[in-house]
Amino acid sequence: MSAQAHPAAHGVEAPRGWIRRYVFSTDHKVIGIQYYLMSLIAVTIGMVLSWWFRAHLAWPHAHLPGFSGEMKPEEYLALVTMHGTLMVFFVLTTAPQGGFGNYFLPIQVGAEDMAFPRINMLSFWVTFASFLAMVSSFLVQGGPPIAGWTSYPPLSAVGQVAGPGLGTGETLWVISIALFCAGSLMSALNFIATTVELRARGMSMMRMPLTVWGWFVTAVLGLLAFAVLLAAGILLLLDRLAGTSFFIPAGLVFNDTQPPLAHAGGSPLLYQHLFWFFGHPEVYIAILPSMGITSHVLSTFSRKPIFGYRAMAYSMCAIGFISFCVWGHHMFVSGMSPYSALAFSFLTLAIGVPSAIKTFNWLGTLWGGRLQFTTAMLFAIGFVSLFVSGGLSGLFLAQPTVDLPLHDTYFVIAHFHLVMGVAAIFGIFAGTYYWFPKVTGRRMNETLGKLHFWLTFIGAYLIFMPMHWMGIVGALRRYADLSSVQYAQPLEPVHQFITVAALITGAAQLLFYWNLIWSLRHGEKVDTNPWRATTLEWSVPSPPPHSNFLEPPRVYRGPYEYSVPGMKEDFVPQHLAPEQVARAS
Amino acid sequence: MGSGETADVMTRPTAVEDPHVELLEQTAAGVGGPSAPTGGEGGSGGSGQPLAVPRRAYLTGLTLGLAAIFMFFMGLTSAFIVRRGLGNDWVRVSLPPVLWLNTAVLLASSVVLERARQYLARGESGRFQSWWRLGAALGLLFLGGQLMAWRQLVAQGIYLATNPAASFFYVLTAAHGVHLLAGLVAVVVIALRRWDRSRIGRALAVDLAALYWHFLDGLWIFLFLLLRMGQ
Repeated sequence: MSAQAHPAAHGVEAPRGWIRRYVFSTDHKVIGIQYYLMSLIAVTIGMVLSWWFRAHLAWPHAHLPGFSGEMKPEEYLALVTMHGTLMVFFVLTTAPQGGFGNYFLPIQVGAEDMAFPRINMLSFWVTFASFLAMVSSFLVQGGPPIAGWTSYPPLSAVGQVAGPGLGTGETLWVISIALFCAGSLMSALNFIATTVELRARGMSMMRMPLTVWGWFVTAVLGLLAFAVLLAAGILLLLDRLAGTSFFIPAGLVFNDTQPPLAHAGGSPLLYQHLFWFFGHPEVYIAILPSMGITSHVLSTFSRKPIFGYRAMAYSMCAIGFISFCVWGHHMFVSGMSPYSALAFSFLTLAIGVPSAIKTFNWLGTLWGGRLQFTTAMLFAIGFVSLFVSGGLSGLFLAQPTVDLPLHDTYFVIAHFHLVMGVAAIFGIFAGTYYWFPKVTGRRMNETLGKLHFWLTFIGAYLIFMPMHWMGIVGALRRYADLSSVQYAQPLEPVHQFITVAALITGAAQLLFYWNLIWSLRHGEKVDTNPWRATTLEWSVPSPPPHSNFLEPPRVYRGPYEYSVPGMKEDFVPQHLAPEQVARAS
Repeated sequence: MGSGETADVMTRPTAVEDPHVELLEQTAAGVGGPSAPTGGEGGSGGSGQPLAVPRRAYLTGLTLGLAAIFMFFMGLTSAFIVRRGLGNDWVRVSLPPVLWLNTAVLLASSVVLERARQYLARGESGRFQSWWRLGAALGLLFLGGQLMAWRQLVAQGIYLATNPAASFFYVLTAAHGVHLLAGLVAVVVIALRRWDRSRIGRALAVDLAALYWHFLDGLWIFLFLLLRMGQ
């Protein structure tokens, strides 16, 4: 299997021509960067949207720039919907998996490319089309949809009559998500086939870096979950456009002046079940790659093997499996039978076991290590912190009796932003600072990076911690303005505090953008292995050549051989033959 | 950093190991790996180039795709079951009898394509071509028959939005039909294209297309039973 014999588009030489090389490229590295940049645009839009609705929550009567007069409730809902959709689908699902996974999974398992490079290219462009469809809803009449990122019917199914943005905007939303499903399915197929079939000689499953385990389990979840979301999306689209009644109940009246809708007999609950059968695995699709990155980075910068490698890999599989059995905990308030609620509750609490195994193993990895507090390390430790803080409130919400009063409050906002949103973002940041030298050949500025970390870390807690207390007091989510409700009035200063914290934390991200751009040209140049790390991506030049490896790699040991006694260096790379490893004299 | 020296050592490929590794790589490349380019008549493996990825990877990839399709139809099926149990607007659709004929045609097409595949494996290229094309024709006949079933329902005034049972009938048959159409395109392309410059070789392409086709055949049996007995 020499490189010349490779008949696909990825021989030794990259294809000539700018378009084939950088735009419609089949090179997994280019595709990874494309996914990452798309996420960067999406996260920017999503963050700016959040500033606007945060400002409205803090000062409901202010005239915000870009709005004629006060922000209307439907405008607030449109901002929230697009914020959630962009962040969940086009950032949390896309950057860690499509971005880092595409770039590093083939290199880390020792392959030249993904198993099916052309399907890989197609999956990116389908996802990009989906992104364009989503953001174009800002430009259509009525604006973006207002049905939330979960797009529950009947609101999402009946069209313009239910509100602005529920006409063309909502149709674009459904089409965009259907495209996103198709792109994700193709991508997942590629990830699994590559991991199963294209590992280098010696790379057994139990020698794979934990990042690969994260991407692999995520791909399995994606393959099974997105297919079901696609089915739900198609039925929803038919309800909207073809007059069917899958999800729309009988006798629905939206407006005193109009007769009941002609639909009959459908069930909004049916949609909720289909959606959350996807939606809960989706939570782990967002977080598992970041768990892998965190494990990888913690081990590197503790100069210690990961604590309990097998337990880490198996707990990812366990999380993946149980994640398909717990979707009902998103629906405790839907009036489900208390018996089903109890079953979903127990299963949900069971996820705490593998999650705790992971957390304790991260701490065990740090314990007694020779810690190097690089920016990547700080963000990985930050991930553990946020995952614990957000995860603990999950134990409350997993219990129906506690969830019922808290479900529609800011408590839930605080919970899922910490455990899934910000934690996954921290994983993305850790990955960026860690792998930037490999992708560009230059290091990011560490001083700026550390400043960025501390501002973001403290900022995230300042934003989301107070929301727990607001939720317990009864501050309802999804409402644009509760200032006229008496019991909520004392919360106004808290809203203002959170908004100021969000604006400052958001502004701190400029440091990251600046660091990213500045380091591209002016960052300190690095050699092959600046972090003195062990896995295969650090055995190839930075940036790696077109087909990754000059020679097919061979793997001799596990991925985290740090501080092995009797060795000259404190790391033993996976690809070094035993006789090549220098021993301490 | 001071790691320059070690890093240089590490970038250097393990030259001593190479021939050894390459040999092992090829054996590791698979069960059936070497057979892929030689299956069928000469030239089906392109100009003797080894595959970019082992033959098994394509089968794995297709199997994963089938798993996704399976989940998609399970999503629709669970919606079917739940929707039937709710509301009082479910009116049973009496299935057009032509569906029995269609089912028989689809089953026959699977048998014929499988037969063609066996001819190719024995190197009888001519027989392969005629049986394979017959299989494609039967596939087309099935799709035509499905369209006829739709037209018969429409003639009775049963449309997509008439009642939920009808909605599901159209959605399930259409979703299956779209997947089968994709399979038909693959079957026709395999019959018509030249194989001397191809990436994966005809034998492998035939294996993949046949596996996909049989899966859709089984899926149709399931959907037909669901629509007949599950209403």
